[in-house]
Amino acid sequence: MNQTTDVTEPKILQIDTPLEMVSGSTLPKYELIYETYGELNADASNAILICHALSGDHHVAGVDADGKPGWWNGYIGPGKPIDTDKFFVVCSNNLGGCRGSTGPTSINPETGKVYGPDFPIVTCRDWVNSQNELRKHLGIDQWAALVGGSMGGMQVMQWAIDYPEKVRHAVVIAAAPKLSAQNIAFNEVARRAIMSDPDFHDGRFIEANTTPKQGLALARMLGHLTYLSDDMMGSKFGRELREEKLQYNYEVEFQVESYLRYQGEKFATKQNFDANTYLLMTKALDYFDPAAEFDHDLTKALAKATAKFLVISFTSDWRFSPERSHEIVKALLDNDADVSYAEVTSQHGHDAFLLPNEHYEGVFRAYMQRIEDEMQTSPKTEKQS
Amino acid sequence: MSATTLPISPEFKLISDWITPNSRVLDLGCGDGKLLTHLIQTHKITGYGMELDPDRNIQAIKAGINVIQSNLNNHDICHYFDEDSFDFVIMTQALQVVRRPDELLDDMLAVGKQSIITFPNFGHWRMRAQLAFKGRMPETETLPYHWYDTPNIHLCTFNDFEDLCESKGIEVVERAVVNSEHRSTLGMKIAPNLLGEVALYKVQKKV
Repeated sequence: MNQTTDVTEPKILQIDTPLEMVSGSTLPKYELIYETYGELNADASNAILICHALSGDHHVAGVDADGKPGWWNGYIGPGKPIDTDKFFVVCSNNLGGCRGSTGPTSINPETGKVYGPDFPIVTCRDWVNSQNELRKHLGIDQWAALVGGSMGGMQVMQWAIDYPEKVRHAVVIAAAPKLSAQNIAFNEVARRAIMSDPDFHDGRFIEANTTPKQGLALARMLGHLTYLSDDMMGSKFGRELREEKLQYNYEVEFQVESYLRYQGEKFATKQNFDANTYLLMTKALDYFDPAAEFDHDLTKALAKATAKFLVISFTSDWRFSPERSHEIVKALLDNDADVSYAEVTSQHGHDAFLLPNEHYEGVFRAYMQRIEDEMQTSPKTEKQS
Repeated sequence: MSATTLPISPEFKLISDWITPNSRVLDLGCGDGKLLTHLIQTHKITGYGMELDPDRNIQAIKAGINVIQSNLNNHDICHYFDEDSFDFVIMTQALQVVRRPDELLDDMLAVGKQSIITFPNFGHWRMRAQLAFKGRMPETETLPYHWYDTPNIHLCTFNDFEDLCESKGIEVVERAVVNSEHRSTLGMKIAPNLLGEVALYKVQKKV
C-alpha cells in the first residue's frame, strides 16, 4: 500500500485538569479529538499545530476512513508546503466543536443529558488553554510553528500572546486583530437565523429529536456569501439561469441561488454540523479582541509575543481584508518583532486561504523551509529577543 | 543561514561602506534580500525589507529576511513605521519606478535618519546622444526598456535629483557616481551628470 494513502486515525485525549474558562464557568473534565501526521523528532522541535476555522475540524490532512480528504490536504502532507516528512503536524477539534471534542453534543456529566445550549461559552483563550494540555500530553515543549487561517489565525495570535515561550513561529493567515461591527453583524444575522428556526427548541433540539436545519442552512448561506468575492461570483455564476428563461416566481432561477442553497443544505444535513456549535464559534469570534485588556492597544497586546510571524492576506478578501492584516503587521513592527507579510493576489475572497495559489504556496513553502533551516542551525530554542 | 559572505555587486559594496555597524535599516524594494543579508552578516544590522514583486518576496523570505509586501505608494512606509524608526532607509534603483518619488523621499526621511538612494542617470551622454541625434527615447544597458513598457516612469538626472533635494531642504551627505560596471573614473568626478551612469546618494534633512 502506498504510504501517502494511509488512512488517518483520530485520537482522543481525556483531560482531567479542570478548565477555568474566561466566561467564569469551569469544565471539570473534557476531551479533545486530534490527528497527527509525520513523526515527532528526538528533541520534539519539529511540531506544528494547525488551528482550524469556524466550521473546520481536526481532520486537516490525509484521507480518513470514509475516504474524505482533510480540509487543508493541499498544503499539508509529504512534499507539500507543510511537509510531513519533516514536521510533526497536529490538529485538534476546538472545544465546543461537534466533531469529537467536548461540546454541545456531548453528555453533560452533571445531568447525564446532552449539553445543548448549556455548554459554557468558549473563547479563543479557552481554546488555547485546552490545546496547551494537548501540547503537554504530546511532550512538546515549544511548537516549531502555529499555523491558522481565519478564526484559526486569531487562535494563533492568542497562543503567541498567552504562551510566548511555547511558540517559535506564528503563521497568521486571512485573519484580523478583532471583528469589525460588520463582521459581528453578519454573525448576529447567522445566529438569529438559527435561533428563530421553530426546530431550534431553545437549543434543546437534540432532546426534541430534531435539528434547526433551515436556520443552520441560512446561517451557512450567509457565511458562505461573505467568504466569496463579488468578482469571483460574477465570473462563476454571473446572471446565469437554471432554466432557459425567467419564470417570474420565487423558485430557484439564478444559478447563484441554487449554489447557495446547495451549500446551506449540505452543511445542515449532509455534514450534520451542530447548530449550538455554530452559535458558540461565532460568539468566540465576536469576543476575540486581545488588545482589549491592553488599553485597546494591539501593540501592547503583542509586546509579550516572542514568536516570529508570517502574516498573509488575500486581495479580494473583504471578510478579513488586507487592511486588517496591516493592523497586525503594524503592531508587530512597533514591537520590532520578526515579521514578514505577503498580500496574495486572488479573486477567491476569504476562501482563498484554502485554495491553490502559486504565490501563496511559494510564500508558505519558503517560510516553512526557513523554520526547517533554523532547526538545523539552532535546535530547540531560538533567541528570545 | 550560512555564515559565508555572499559575493555582492560593487554598488552594494559602496552602500555597505556608508552603513554604520549595528544600525537599524529599512530596504525599500529589497528584491531577493541580498543587500540586507549582506549587511546582517557584515554589519550586524537589524531591520526590514519591503518588496512588491511576489517572486522576489518569496526569495527574500527564503533568505531569512523580514520582508513586508508593499508597493511603496500611498505613504505605506509611514503607515507601518513611526518617525525615526531607522538609522538608514535604503532604496536601490527604485526611485524612478514609484508614483511620486518626491513624496517617497519625504517618507523615507520621516521614518529614517538618513537615506541612501541609487538611481540611473538620465543625463548620461549616451541618453542625451540618443535623444539628440536619433530623436528617440534612449535604450541602454542600464535602462533596457522601450518607452511604452518601461517601469521607469520618473527618470531624472543627477542635477534634477539634487535640485529636488535642495528645494526640499535635504542635504546631500555623500555622493558616488559609477558606470554600469559600477566603477568610478576621473571623468565622472569632473562631469558626473554627463559621464556617470548610476548615482549613489546619502541624504538627510538639513538641521
